[in-house]
Amino acid sequence: MPAFHQILETTPRGLYCPAGDFYVDPHYPVDRAVVTHAHTDHARWGCKRYLAAARSEHLLRMRMNDDAEFQFLDYGEAITIGGVRVSFHPAGHMLGSAQVRLELAGKVAVVGGDYKLGTDSTCHPWEPVPCHLFVTETTFGLPVYRWEPQQQTIDAINDWWRVERDAGKCCVLYGYAVGKSQRLIAGLDPSLGTIYTHGAVEKGNEAYRKTGVELPETTFVGSVDRKQDWSGSIVVAVPSAHHTPWMRKFGNVSTAMASGWMAVRGARRRRSVDRGFVMSDHVDWPTLLEAVELCDPEIVWATHGYSSVVARYLQEQGRNAEVIDSRSRADSESDETDSAGNEEDPE
Amino acid sequence: MIRFAELYNRLDSTTKTNEKIAAMVAYYAAADSADAAWATYFLSGNKLRRLVPTKLLRQWAAEEAGIPDWLFDESYHAVGDLAETLAMVVPPGKMEADLSLATWVEELLPIRELDEDKQRDAILDIWRKTPISIGPTNAASMRFVVMKLITGAFRVGVSKRLVTRAIAKQCGLSPDVISHRLMGNWEPTSKFYETLIDPDGPDASASQPYPFCLAHPIDLEAGPEPLGDSTEYFAEWKWDGIRGQLIRREGQTFIWSRGEELMENRWPEIESAAENIPDGCVLDGEILASLPDGEVLPFAQLQRRIARKKVGKKLLSEVPVVFRAFDLLEHEGADIRSETLESRRSKLESLLGEITHPNLRICDLVAGDSWDAWATIRETSRAKNAEGLMLKRKDGLYDVGRVRGTWWKWKIAPHTIDAVLIYAQKGHGKRASLFTDYTFALWDGDTLVPIAKAYSGLDDKEIRKVDQFVRKNTNDTFGPVRSVTPELVMEIAFEGLQRSTRHKSGIATRFPRIVRWRHDKQAKDANQLSDLLDLLPPD
Repeated sequence: MPAFHQILETTPRGLYCPAGDFYVDPHYPVDRAVVTHAHTDHARWGCKRYLAAARSEHLLRMRMNDDAEFQFLDYGEAITIGGVRVSFHPAGHMLGSAQVRLELAGKVAVVGGDYKLGTDSTCHPWEPVPCHLFVTETTFGLPVYRWEPQQQTIDAINDWWRVERDAGKCCVLYGYAVGKSQRLIAGLDPSLGTIYTHGAVEKGNEAYRKTGVELPETTFVGSVDRKQDWSGSIVVAVPSAHHTPWMRKFGNVSTAMASGWMAVRGARRRRSVDRGFVMSDHVDWPTLLEAVELCDPEIVWATHGYSSVVARYLQEQGRNAEVIDSRSRADSESDETDSAGNEEDPE
Repeated sequence: MIRFAELYNRLDSTTKTNEKIAAMVAYYAAADSADAAWATYFLSGNKLRRLVPTKLLRQWAAEEAGIPDWLFDESYHAVGDLAETLAMVVPPGKMEADLSLATWVEELLPIRELDEDKQRDAILDIWRKTPISIGPTNAASMRFVVMKLITGAFRVGVSKRLVTRAIAKQCGLSPDVISHRLMGNWEPTSKFYETLIDPDGPDASASQPYPFCLAHPIDLEAGPEPLGDSTEYFAEWKWDGIRGQLIRREGQTFIWSRGEELMENRWPEIESAAENIPDGCVLDGEILASLPDGEVLPFAQLQRRIARKKVGKKLLSEVPVVFRAFDLLEHEGADIRSETLESRRSKLESLLGEITHPNLRICDLVAGDSWDAWATIRETSRAKNAEGLMLKRKDGLYDVGRVRGTWWKWKIAPHTIDAVLIYAQKGHGKRASLFTDYTFALWDGDTLVPIAKAYSGLDDKEIRKVDQFVRKNTNDTFGPVRSVTPELVMEIAFEGLQRSTRHKSGIATRFPRIVRWRHDKQAKDANQLSDLLDLLPPD
């Protein structure tokens, strides 16, 4: 088995490339970070230099420290750092999300970051990158997780909005500020009513629009008179707004959460929202296995969530697979604890 | 079946009583009587006798999904519900036709009689004709609901009382009439449902019990003063036994439990004592283990009888039982539940006054001329093997269910002890994937000895905190059980104690639950095992 330790090794600070002296999605501030996407559990605040895919530029500049030095590459474009050829390839997780491909002496490692294979009009679709080492996320790495086609979920959300609108209610839809919210907004039917946004979501919208992603018209909640009639409209908000005083002004509401965790009844009930829509920006069980088949690596490194389950399953299928959760056990399991909905972005 | 799945979703997605009733009314309005009968059957907590062993269902689901058994188990631990795991793991099927609930049940029932291969075919066929259960959409929930029926775990957060109210609302009859007609044993047929909602429907059959009147707890801090004038109440001992309804009609005796189970041949001495009662009488009372001189034995003794379907001679002589009647619901064939307690009580006294039998006695009133007097008497409950006092309004009718204001239970404060959390396990249902099931221990010298498992008492926020603690402080795992650093101390309350040879501590606790998290205490400050042993009743 070839050694990859010059290309990639696991360290307490995260994945490290010794030949190029940089980290990929470090857990702590480091000198040089190569970043798969702009969620703050991957793009760590406080690094000196960031290298990322060009389409994540607006999001990263918005969320990272101003004093950092940024460098961006188009998908497929490559540079060489310490002899390592580095390039970014679409991951389909959110706008600007990428898989990081590292090549040294004929050996290729791909850090998949967070990724999904399904449809999403707000970002480039995932592309398989053949490699020798594939680092895959396993957030939803159990056979019970199996997503429906996106259109089915979008239709269900619009149906819910229509029914609640006709009942005179205001709909509040929870999704992550950046990524999930924009994917949801892109699917909402603006002919049903006005789409309002929570502040954090609207900032995400701006970055998306600046990057050239078309979204239906949205209005920041804080920009309108709070005494107005909210019935019939929809508010896209961050999950942490649920059950806060901020919600009061909307009057009679119907609440819903869009997340992969909503596939399980216990998680839906714990969230105490009226509706749970199953929509995830991560791979489900069948597409995780499909991705591994398409990349056909010599070895798989599994990280996040059900890494030990996926590694064991792949081993039994005759693949070489390892768990690389470098974070403490308690930490890595927080993905599971957060089945309440704190899916991608624990900020 | 889609309509029934829709009902399930609506009930499952709300905690509001009115919305639940509205969902059921809408279902009953649209359902034919065969479906309505089965819906009533399942909603009020009945289930099908086991169709297929669970072990086989798990095995077939894993095979059909192409996954190893351990991966099915991992999935089950994450989901926390067997029916849901079965529904989610197996790849989606294709729905051909939407069959009615009754048709589904008719197709399910014969599966029980098939041999294993044919059972397997039948279950696979069900999976192939049901879409997958992802999310709470109606068609998708169908497979989940069918799996619930098959695994016999259909629970959806409605009480029988709520179902009764929905049916009453839909058909325009009084809930009390529906409630009475739904008591006892019935077959979920379309004929049954039609009779149930028939305004001119016939009266009860001989064995049919009345719905039980239930008591509200008195707030232990506030005491009984808020109830008003003590002279408007009767007081009785609150005995720790099994609530029962004794029916004497047409020369036969029927004894029902509060769970509406007909207890046949379980209490032969009470059945024979009941032969002394005239026809057309229904008594409400408590079944107790009791010596011929009237002394009540601890619940642990009665438990030896409860466990048996048939009682042997030895046990009969060691643990004699008595039916202590405290109310009369039917007298001379007439329903007297709408008379006052005072009037029912005097009829009960004259009825049982003529009978002196060691296995059938009246439950005496506890004399007292003020709340204070009763408070003093209540303090002696433990010595009498009673749980406290019952306070009942003299002018109260015999209500259906837990109606506030007529019957109050005034229990003595439970025993409590400070114990250390040593093991944790993930919960089920709403608590799936969170560590919510805890084992607590007390000190015996330098070692911690487990004494009780407790699941309830913490709020959601505290549960999350303990969950985080367990994840960060796991020292060892035994299957699903985590052994954690002994650090957290909680106050545990329990109803009773008994010696046990099956428990390492030598003691078994009854109904243990968490009272509060003792943030102010460290593990070393927790109680000793000897403190718990001191609370044991004398032999």
